[in-house]
Amino acid sequence: MSKRLKVIEKDAVVIKFSGDSGDGMQLTGTLFSNTSALFGNDISTFPDYPAEIRAPQGTVGGVSGFQVHIGRRHINTPGDFADVLVAMNPAAIRANVSCLTKDSTIIYDSDNFTEKSIQRAGYIADPFAEDKLDTLNLIPAPITSLVKEALKDMEIDPKTVLRTKNMFALGMVYWLFDSKLNYTEEFIEDKFGKKPLIAEANSKVLRAGYYYAETIEALTPSYHVSPAPIEEGTYRNINGNQATAWGLLAAAEKAGLKLFIGSYPITPATGILEELALRKDLGAKSLQAEDEIAGICTAIGASYTGCLAVTSTSGPGLALKSEAINLAVMTELPLVIVDVQRAGPSTGLPTKTEQADLWQALYGRNGESPVVVIAAGTPSDCFKYAFEAGKIALEHMTPVILLTDSYLANGSEPWKIPAMKDLPAIRVPWAVKTDKDYLPYERDPKTLARRWAVPGTPGMEHRIGGLEKTIKGSVSYTPENHEVMVRMRDEKVERVVADVPDLEITGNKSGELLLIGWGSTYGHLVSAVTELHEEGYKVSAVNFNYIRPLPANAAKVFAGFKKLVVCELNTGQFANLLRMKYQKFTYHQYNKIQGLPFTVKEIKEYCIKLLEGK
Amino acid sequence: MADTNTLQYTAKDFKSDQEVRWCPGCGDHGILASLQKTLAELGVAKEKYVFVSGIGCSSRLPYYMNTYGFHGIHGRAAAIATGIKIANPDLMVWEMTGDGDALAIGGNHFIHAIRRNIDIKILLFNNEIYGLTKGQYSPTSSKGLVTKTSPYGTIEEPFTIGQLVIGAHGRFFARTVDYNLQLSAEVYKATALFHGTAVVEAIQNCVIFADGVHDNITNKETRDDRTIVLHHGQPMVFGKEHDKGLILDGLKLKVVKIGEDGVMEKDLLVHNAEETDPGIHYMLAGMKYPEYPVAMGVIRAVKSQTYDGAMVEQHVRVKSTSKIKCMDDLLNSGSTWKMK
Repeated sequence: MSKRLKVIEKDAVVIKFSGDSGDGMQLTGTLFSNTSALFGNDISTFPDYPAEIRAPQGTVGGVSGFQVHIGRRHINTPGDFADVLVAMNPAAIRANVSCLTKDSTIIYDSDNFTEKSIQRAGYIADPFAEDKLDTLNLIPAPITSLVKEALKDMEIDPKTVLRTKNMFALGMVYWLFDSKLNYTEEFIEDKFGKKPLIAEANSKVLRAGYYYAETIEALTPSYHVSPAPIEEGTYRNINGNQATAWGLLAAAEKAGLKLFIGSYPITPATGILEELALRKDLGAKSLQAEDEIAGICTAIGASYTGCLAVTSTSGPGLALKSEAINLAVMTELPLVIVDVQRAGPSTGLPTKTEQADLWQALYGRNGESPVVVIAAGTPSDCFKYAFEAGKIALEHMTPVILLTDSYLANGSEPWKIPAMKDLPAIRVPWAVKTDKDYLPYERDPKTLARRWAVPGTPGMEHRIGGLEKTIKGSVSYTPENHEVMVRMRDEKVERVVADVPDLEITGNKSGELLLIGWGSTYGHLVSAVTELHEEGYKVSAVNFNYIRPLPANAAKVFAGFKKLVVCELNTGQFANLLRMKYQKFTYHQYNKIQGLPFTVKEIKEYCIKLLEGK
Repeated sequence: MADTNTLQYTAKDFKSDQEVRWCPGCGDHGILASLQKTLAELGVAKEKYVFVSGIGCSSRLPYYMNTYGFHGIHGRAAAIATGIKIANPDLMVWEMTGDGDALAIGGNHFIHAIRRNIDIKILLFNNEIYGLTKGQYSPTSSKGLVTKTSPYGTIEEPFTIGQLVIGAHGRFFARTVDYNLQLSAEVYKATALFHGTAVVEAIQNCVIFADGVHDNITNKETRDDRTIVLHHGQPMVFGKEHDKGLILDGLKLKVVKIGEDGVMEKDLLVHNAEETDPGIHYMLAGMKYPEYPVAMGVIRAVKSQTYDGAMVEQHVRVKSTSKIKCMDDLLNSGSTWKMK
């Protein structure tokens, strides 16, 4: 398309788009990451947005960001630091100071750096000097006036004109990374097909940004990130919530059941309900319930009636569902409860990530209440573990809590599309008609799962409920029966361990230090270990996806290392679980409770400090 | 729910092997017997019935029914029943609940089930007291009632169940009395045959904690003069001597005596349970003794689309136009790319 003076080949680059929550930064970031993925880069993305739909304009609290990490090698995290920051206003500078380095480039809309907006962001006069960023590669671009200029001959209102600013910034970034515009142009055509004028304006501005970057030559050198060596196959981008929804649908199809979801909207889990509400073509039945409790109770009703039943929520909703989870424990019905964790307690930081619902998932109910708890590690991993949650729930007749979090739910990555025929079979323990009466709590001798008979089946009429029962399903207050049933339910969940794969170690089987994480810590631990290993440290990592039951080889893996460090986004819930389960080891903890994922840098620094005894 | 003619049941077929544990003389025995009798006459296959309940004395009923049954948690029966009906619209789903279960802890699910018009039959045992927790006031206890938690009398206004149902866009509301087996059989049958959320208030006597609270309207000696049994298409006549009736006087209902002041039977209101406008139904549901007779029978029964029916229709419509027929289609839909 154009001649370039100098192009630098990079292994990986992090770009962050940042602006007001109405500036269209999420869309800009998504378009950039899709373009890179189509080109063949590996990518990881992380949107970071405020709880308010339109927080006060120009304030730091109202900044919405979208971070994209692209590479020619395997990308495990959205990246610690931005190589390029696109800042639509001064607040976007202030909000991102901690993710900039001395080598960062900042492209900013200089038209928006007025005295008023500078002060609004909490600066006195010069944001770059005040935050000591003036030695960075600063690229001012009068985006607002350039957009007005580009569209001056078109008959569109000034508000719509300003709304295309994000396309200008995107055009500049495309030039900087030597990317093609065609994917974005197709998207614009698709989205505004019915409004040709708006489509034209967006396309025009996109190109204007691209050519502007070329003309000013300030963005020299430009970068090139070659395609990553990615396994052959058909790929798509997927975020954690979509992957979760699809994994559940896949489990239902594999089991030959209808999927039912009863849920109440809650950030950041709502995407799962929205996705499943679309899928009437696949027979998925969705109900937006009147509250969290109705969400799970409708799911329990549907489960009793033979659906793969699901309820999705976040921490506050899980709290409201706890009594009903126990009803599913007691009635031993298959049920998947998805908890997309967010920073708590109470309403907490509703759009930010945290892993602090682990104990709630394990213990947050009355009585002895064993449930299976599993956790997904990456956005696309959510498909696998949602499928697994459905499979375990059905095969073992038990509620399963699937933990994801805001970071996984909103983050996206390229995903090799699986074929349904390659997914494992799901064997539902249906009750089979025999000469004998159907006994609702008669169990499979191996798994201890009870047999499932659903309403509508002649001759298997039975009653179940929250009161303690005998094998026959009769209410029983007999002391001995209660103890037998309590232990039975516990043992049933423990026996799921037969389906739990061994922990996989990233790095060597033994060494100085083992990083231990669970769920969404996966990417950061793998990146940290890979880099530490390259730097000569004897560090490995394991990341748990099965919390209850834990993988059978955990203690054996731990024994290969001199030091164990449990990394998690809470004050140490998993570390304490391990202390209880495997008491002979000493566990160090690396914790973060800031509503943000780890950075690879901080994990590495902690490890080095610990290894060098500082 | 086919096979209506081939199935021969008796009430006994609906009795489970569980020992009935309600107090002797409890109104629940009457309700159970009436229900079992009604079900036997409906000709619906036994396996198609599901009895769902919450918590409370009323909620033990599913254990005594030899059908599918689910004893839930406090207040949530409507939500559980909703899930059952959506999962299999071919089932006939009955919810057994009480004034505390449905109107206090379960109030939200109650009104939303009604609003959606999901096809479930809600039988609400109204004894105006919490029985299972041993005698505290409920959302239907009359103001001033002295109970263990209102030792100086309640200071709360009670709900009138029928008015709450109609206010929540209810399409079906009926009222009966626990031991009035004839009226109950008629009402339960109409409930069973209705499609949509059908709420029946069963006036029920708790012999232990609120014995006689309904006496002024249920007493056999006086009940005919203090209640009116409504029948669709029939004039609103009541009284032991069939000598009283209801007319509309201005914006209010008025009790009149046939033959007095020139009032003839033809001047009386004729009950139209199928009237979509809820105005008269709301007034009928709200009638209280002594100003009015308490209305019994089917007060409102307005046909309209059910939630479960609408869901089935929407599924058919979306399926017929969507290109996505299976998971593999979905997984490969939209923006994808190949790596070699």
